[in-house]
Amino acid sequence: MAIDGILQRDVLMRRIRTFFHERGFTEVETPVRVEAPCMELNIDAEPSGEHFLRTSPELFHKRLLAAGHSSIFEIGKCFRRGETGPLHHPEYTMLEWYRANADYMDILADTQALVQTVAEGQDLVSGDWKILPVSEAFLEFAGWDPAGNHDEDRFDIDLVEKVEPAIKKMGGPVVLIDYPIEAAALSRRKPGHPLVAERWELYIDGIELANAYSELTDPAEQRRRFEECAARRKAMGKTAYPIDEAFLQSLENMPPSGGVALGIDRLLMLLMGADSLDAVLPFR
Amino acid sequence: MYSASDLKKGLKIEIDGDPCMITGFEFSKPGKGQALYRCKIKNLVSGNQFDKTYRSVEKIKRCSLMSRDFTFSYIDGENYVFSNNETYEEELLGSDLIGDLKNFIIDDMQVEILFHNDRALDITLPNFVEMVIAETEPGARGDTATNVMKPAKLENGYELNVPIFINEGDTIRIDTRTGTYADRVSKG
Repeated sequence: MAIDGILQRDVLMRRIRTFFHERGFTEVETPVRVEAPCMELNIDAEPSGEHFLRTSPELFHKRLLAAGHSSIFEIGKCFRRGETGPLHHPEYTMLEWYRANADYMDILADTQALVQTVAEGQDLVSGDWKILPVSEAFLEFAGWDPAGNHDEDRFDIDLVEKVEPAIKKMGGPVVLIDYPIEAAALSRRKPGHPLVAERWELYIDGIELANAYSELTDPAEQRRRFEECAARRKAMGKTAYPIDEAFLQSLENMPPSGGVALGIDRLLMLLMGADSLDAVLPFR
Repeated sequence: MYSASDLKKGLKIEIDGDPCMITGFEFSKPGKGQALYRCKIKNLVSGNQFDKTYRSVEKIKRCSLMSRDFTFSYIDGENYVFSNNETYEEELLGSDLIGDLKNFIIDDMQVEILFHNDRALDITLPNFVEMVIAETEPGARGDTATNVMKPAKLENGYELNVPIFINEGDTIRIDTRTGTYADRVSKG
């Protein structure tokens, strides 16, 4: 059993909680068993009786922001059906945090401070982080610009075959930023740049660690995205989840916000210099 | 047909009519993107290695391989001729497919030939074959140590190391999987 992983996880958890508490965040708990998991094309929820296990606490956090909480974080288990591999496990620990009146760049500053704090001076994450726009990365490594010219299959395949290996070669932290609007998920359109959305993904040594947005707060646009996604899921033979009406209603009152989800197991793995989750998940 | 999620190392599949084996496998799921199955694949006919990425919606053709029993008959130029134990039909295998196993093929040897549809892909010999030592330095009398080895040559010219007590004319057993000495069957 990975004794070292267990002890280092304990240390990491304390440091994360201290980091957020020192910055005035409130630790929150939201439901794990939900009726309406967040509707995403390629994320499948594990059924649990009449409910589903959450794939992320995102929708509840936004309801808390709408209710007036301004800085919140949660560490908890999330579940994604069918994701198994050296970097995937269907049950894993997610850290999410959200800030009202902030955007994805504010969240990036938080993330850099957090990761550098918990890594305690490890070279891996120190210094400036490289910010790499998605369009630039694809033009350089795959020879095309997906913004305004999106092709989902080509995007995904070139991302794993060309862009991610190039990011791995760069080493250290690389932030892939400003995704094509078609890959916005729950992020808002970038003001003045209609083809891209304010979303970034952090890679450390080529391993994807966190996904952040300037949150979409337009209920009509959010409903349109959910409905389109539900139709596509149905067409693919997947479960179309119910639309979370309470969440959509709360968007009416949600301030502009930024938020991020960061995989704790992968962070721990990177800090330990391991290359598989086997090193940090003793019961896998 | 296989689904992409059935793919794993060692699985045999068919691509463009050729039997192939997955030699490396990686599950990948970038960001909010779809699950991708990145494979390293070896073409079992040409031996070529290549990379291929499958999306979760893709279907992959199964590859049906079948082993049949044959008996070695004779050599015809570059070809080794075997006869099917059930149908007595002849099957010609080129020397490139036989490779180094040519040193261990003897008259009437029972072999297994692996086919993809009607195309022979591989041959398996019995694990052990008996051969006669044609040349070796005389061993020291009474020395039965098995850990001291010396070079020896078979009648077909194949060279291998044998224990020091083996003499010319001795019959030995050779492990056909490794091409090495296994034990002595009888003195010459």
